Amino acid sequence: MVTGWFAGEGDDFTLLGTRCSACGSVFFPREDSHCRNPGCDSGDLAEIPLSRRGRVWSYTDSRYRPPSPYVTVPELPWEPYTLIAVELAAERIVVLGQAVPGVTVADLAVGAEVEVVPGVLHEDGETIWTTWHWRPTGVTA
Amino acid sequence: MTGEVAVLGAGMHPWGKWGRGFVEYGVAAARAALADAGLEWRDVGSIVGADTVRGGYPGYVAGATFAKALGWQGARVASVYAACASGAQAVAAARAQILAGLADVVLVVGADAAPKGFFRPAGGDRPDDPDWLRFRVLGATNPTYFGLYARRRMAVHGDTVEDFAQVKVKNAALGALNPYARYRKRVSAEEVAASAVVADPLRLLDICATSDGGAALVLSSMEFARRRGVAEPVRIRAVSTVTPTYPNTVLDLPDIATDSAAAVEPADGTFRASIARAAYEEAGVGPEDLSLAEVYDLSTALELQWYEDLALCAEGEGAKLLREGATAPGGRIPVNTSGGLASFGEAVPAQAIAQVCELTWQLRGDAGARQVEHARVGITANQGLFGHGSAVITVR
Ligand SMILES: [Zn+2]
Repeated sequence: MVTGWFAGEGDDFTLLGTRCSACGSVFFPREDSHCRNPGCDSGDLAEIPLSRRGRVWSYTDSRYRPPSPYVTVPELPWEPYTLIAVELAAERIVVLGQAVPGVTVADLAVGAEVEVVPGVLHEDGETIWTTWHWRPTGVTA
Repeated sequence: MTGEVAVLGAGMHPWGKWGRGFVEYGVAAARAALADAGLEWRDVGSIVGADTVRGGYPGYVAGATFAKALGWQGARVASVYAACASGAQAVAAARAQILAGLADVVLVVGADAAPKGFFRPAGGDRPDDPDWLRFRVLGATNPTYFGLYARRRMAVHGDTVEDFAQVKVKNAALGALNPYARYRKRVSAEEVAASAVVADPLRLLDICATSDGGAALVLSSMEFARRRGVAEPVRIRAVSTVTPTYPNTVLDLPDIATDSAAAVEPADGTFRASIARAAYEEAGVGPEDLSLAEVYDLSTALELQWYEDLALCAEGEGAKLLREGATAPGGRIPVNTSGGLASFGEAVPAQAIAQVCELTWQLRGDAGARQVEHARVGITANQGLFGHGSAVITVR
């Protein structure tokens, strides 16, 4: 589904982006065919791991079941999940992701530090869809 | 001034959940706009339709669909899709045809029959579509983005949920005065606070609904208007349809991440601010000249953001402007006198056209109990998914 967006396990887990060899622009989700900087005509993009830690830019949650193509089990009661937009300082980019299960908006503040960890988006009898989650490190701004 | 076109007619189908097809709403709005202009459909040299992709195949060819329903008469035709900016792009296409001398009179129509509940992307496994990806990978609905902006404003500018609720209170009071609005009931701050949280910190009454509806405009050359004896028509003086500037550093629908600013320093101001700036520059007016504004209040918090992006106040002072009453009826710059999306709900291809209808009625002095005294200059502002800007400036 999102081939090449993340890699590794445990402390080595990272989001994967790409960087333009000519101008240094960073892209997530990855851009592999051409640089999107209008002042750059390079097509040479190399895969890079993104910073594992960043600061909360903002956060919210989804109190109602989202529609398809988000996959949920309609028979089960809806459990809200939290979404966090995270600012990565080195890349100067903001990346949205779900918080690890159990983290609610009450646990978060703009500016607090979070780190990226592997997570499960959804699983059924045949497939486990893996994803990235943001987890608070306990460090506040 | 060169570059102006006349608004000869404006019309709407009332918004709501009517359960009928979008063609019916569009045709009703078109007939109302033609009647308002005192013209026959046969007088129209060109029709521009703002597309709906929610009505199935006919929606992709909206211009011709409306032309067929009104009766084929050989008019030039165009259809445009730019998500929430579709209506503004339809106005832009019509204006360009008039200014290029390709048509004297152009009918602009947008209508939709919206599905219940959340907007969602088209079906199938489509990982090349960012709109599909944000739902599949994150479950990030439109309200979750509105929630992110609202929370950010609270953290950075000190806005409160009570401020957000007051936007709804203001817009609902105006919608109660508008016969075309879906919701025509005043709402209290207590009712907003008692409604369910949808996407923290926003509640059900902070977020606009989806609706059926239609809106249409009859535009013409200034010369045609004069020949018709309309000496002082409402005129469209600017249509901003700009895209963002790289790097776009504010997280926006439907993106999972912003552009990175690692290699290129961002331009001054956000994308939303650049939409308004382009309109002001084209029209040769500034925020101080405005009599009123119609902005896309997809959420109450987003309306406050627009105050700043339209330069009605300095950055971070949107809530202060609201608290002062400046954007309420009788204030320095009333905003969303129509009742806004809070009262209409979203009928995507129609809304940017409906905003211009409201400006037209206000600038003519025909807005009834909603009338802004001595209205001379108005601006609309909205933004289409995938990087479509949209603002229209009208003058009288
Ligand atoms: Zn480059």
